[in-house]
Amino acid sequence: MKINYLRAGARFKLTRSAGLFALAASIISGTAAAEETFKVGVVTFLSGGAAESFGVPAMNGGKMLIKMLNEGGKLPAPYDQKGFGGLTIEAIEVDEAGGATKQVQEFRNLVQREEVDTVLGYVSSGDCLAIPPVADELKAFTILYDCGTPRVFEEGEYEYVFRTASHAAMDNISLAKYLKSRGIKADSYAGINQDYAWGQDSWADFSAAMEQYLPDAEQKTSLFPKIYAGQYGTEISALMRERADVVHSSLWGGDLQALVLQAGPRGLFKKSQVVLAAGDHVIPQLGKKMPDGVIIGARGVNGLAAKPNGGELLETLWAAYEEEYGTFPVQAPFRMWQAMLGLKMAVEKAMAENGGKKPNDEELAAAMTGLEWEAPSGTIRMTLGKGHQAIQPNAIGRTQWDAEKNAMTLVDIEYYSAECVNPPDGIAAVEWIKQGLPGAVCE
Amino acid sequence: MDLLAVILVDGLIYGAWLFIVSVGLTLTFGVLNILNMAHGGLYAIGAYTTATAVGIYFANGGDAFPLGSYAVMVFSALLVAVVLGPLLERGLLRHFYDRDHVVIVLVTYGIFLILEDVMKLIWGVTPLFVSEPYSLLGNVEMGPLFYVTYDFLVIGVAIFAGLAVWYVLNRTRQGKVVLAVIHDREMSRTMGVNVNKVFMVSFMAGVFLAALGGALTAPMISVSPGISVNVIILAFAVVIIGGLGSIEGAAIGALFVGIARAASVHMLPAAELFIIYLVMAAVLVFRPEGLFPKTEARKI
Repeated sequence: MKINYLRAGARFKLTRSAGLFALAASIISGTAAAEETFKVGVVTFLSGGAAESFGVPAMNGGKMLIKMLNEGGKLPAPYDQKGFGGLTIEAIEVDEAGGATKQVQEFRNLVQREEVDTVLGYVSSGDCLAIPPVADELKAFTILYDCGTPRVFEEGEYEYVFRTASHAAMDNISLAKYLKSRGIKADSYAGINQDYAWGQDSWADFSAAMEQYLPDAEQKTSLFPKIYAGQYGTEISALMRERADVVHSSLWGGDLQALVLQAGPRGLFKKSQVVLAAGDHVIPQLGKKMPDGVIIGARGVNGLAAKPNGGELLETLWAAYEEEYGTFPVQAPFRMWQAMLGLKMAVEKAMAENGGKKPNDEELAAAMTGLEWEAPSGTIRMTLGKGHQAIQPNAIGRTQWDAEKNAMTLVDIEYYSAECVNPPDGIAAVEWIKQGLPGAVCE
Repeated sequence: MDLLAVILVDGLIYGAWLFIVSVGLTLTFGVLNILNMAHGGLYAIGAYTTATAVGIYFANGGDAFPLGSYAVMVFSALLVAVVLGPLLERGLLRHFYDRDHVVIVLVTYGIFLILEDVMKLIWGVTPLFVSEPYSLLGNVEMGPLFYVTYDFLVIGVAIFAGLAVWYVLNRTRQGKVVLAVIHDREMSRTMGVNVNKVFMVSFMAGVFLAALGGALTAPMISVSPGISVNVIILAFAVVIIGGLGSIEGAAIGALFVGIARAASVHMLPAAELFIIYLVMAAVLVFRPEGLFPKTEARKI
């Protein structure tokens, strides 16, 4: 028994030694692996109503860009270096569906369990308001890439959170400016927007901007159908009875597609000038079913509005996206691209300052604050929210079907500089509009 | 065209659509005593199947006879009913008939969730469009407004569907058998009625009506994930107003909701969502079992 006991003890010691060795080896190899890769948790809608319009195109664009960056040399300078500063980019995809509570849990999983180096995501404004406090609590470098609510940095201040796209106020400021500068008849205007924060805020911004640019325009009915309502027959009757010169809508996805399909045959687009705050993303699906002459924005010089600007970066990404997915990129992939390219610049800037090591969250936050970089949509500058919120140029144009190319185009495009349609730091967007947009610098 | 007339026309169009998407729900409850949460999913599958079938029809020379697309829509709804009806009723639901109502509600909710994922597996998340049938019949000018003739076709289908269900239940031998099963399953069984068959056929009819609602809606919308949720909420509101299990109730309930909603959109847009549930609450205050409650045979 004693011999057996000793043998058992020796076996235990041997096993323990081997275990410790394996553990040490795994820590060493784990550190080595972590040095080679930069893990990004990419969160966007992969299911639900916003998936098809925003989440899936953005994720597609993101995956394509990561592949190109990891191969290296596919994009023009300064994006020609492999990965992020030589680190291979590894993406962990997470579905944004399920609401803010679920997303906070997913965020904690990404940071604490998956140990990602950055979380990059969020289309829903509700998620964008829920995540930042948690990101700061965990000291986790986080990029909000898409959501529109201005409240994130107007009502809060965060150390580790950044938004790499303009907030939604510029959509409607630009629309009102466009109506005025193009001399479009706008003696009266009505609206149809979804009954939640996005729709209500869009209408408030548009109304406030109209009061500044076209103060004599009479505001008529404002309709707020439920999100995902799908049936707009009664609303279309109400809008047509009002006979407003301009009909404003910030509907998106399936709701916008349904509105266009139902309003087209009933003549709404002929009786009123329809303006769509962020309508470019339904053009690939609707194609010719989108009527001519609709005034469209894309929150940024994105999609069809970006194409005439050209440039090597844009052309490379555009061609690769078309080849990979068989359709042209709309606003969602553009916002994903500008977020990832901004992250690349921040990582490489931080690495240049720390001697080439993979940067930690504090170094990334320091590098990202006030950063400026070139994206396919133009120059992105982190100037609001004490260097945490981006501003970018915007564009508005009119739809026109090109029979020769068998494709929808945008014509009469007007471009607005970032300082023209975004508020200065320290003032809430809606207040800025109501005060008459003081300090706006328009070329 | 004055405001009242516009409200009535809009309310009638919306009410007709509501009736089609809710009559199957009330039929299923009336016969099988099942509150079918999967109704919205069956509606969505009807819409997807129609979008696919009509798309195939036009891609294969359907332009030569575009009116044939309406037959394709009805056939699509039938296909869904014939495939999914027996599968769900015989394969799953019949095992729960003796259980509590809550269990059956949970089972049908489970089916609803499964169907959501099945649709994504089959059709993905890219929306489908089949707007051809919507604009095929042209427009009707009513005063300063244009209405799409298709909307009036939906009213016609709703009236036909309602009358057909009423006629079959009340004026045919098979309908009387179904009514007998509704009133007393055990007695019907002892009288030689094949109750299982009645259940299966009735459930198939409910699935057909749900899928027909989806088929008729498909040309008006982009058929994409998530369309089932909104419908099930509205359908429940309608059948609760009308009284669970009552065809007449569903018709009156749909008309109430349609006109109240249209009046609200035109006159008080901010109350558009609230008004549907206000109508429901008002009806339930005075008639807790709805406008047309099921008459229960008193057993001694």
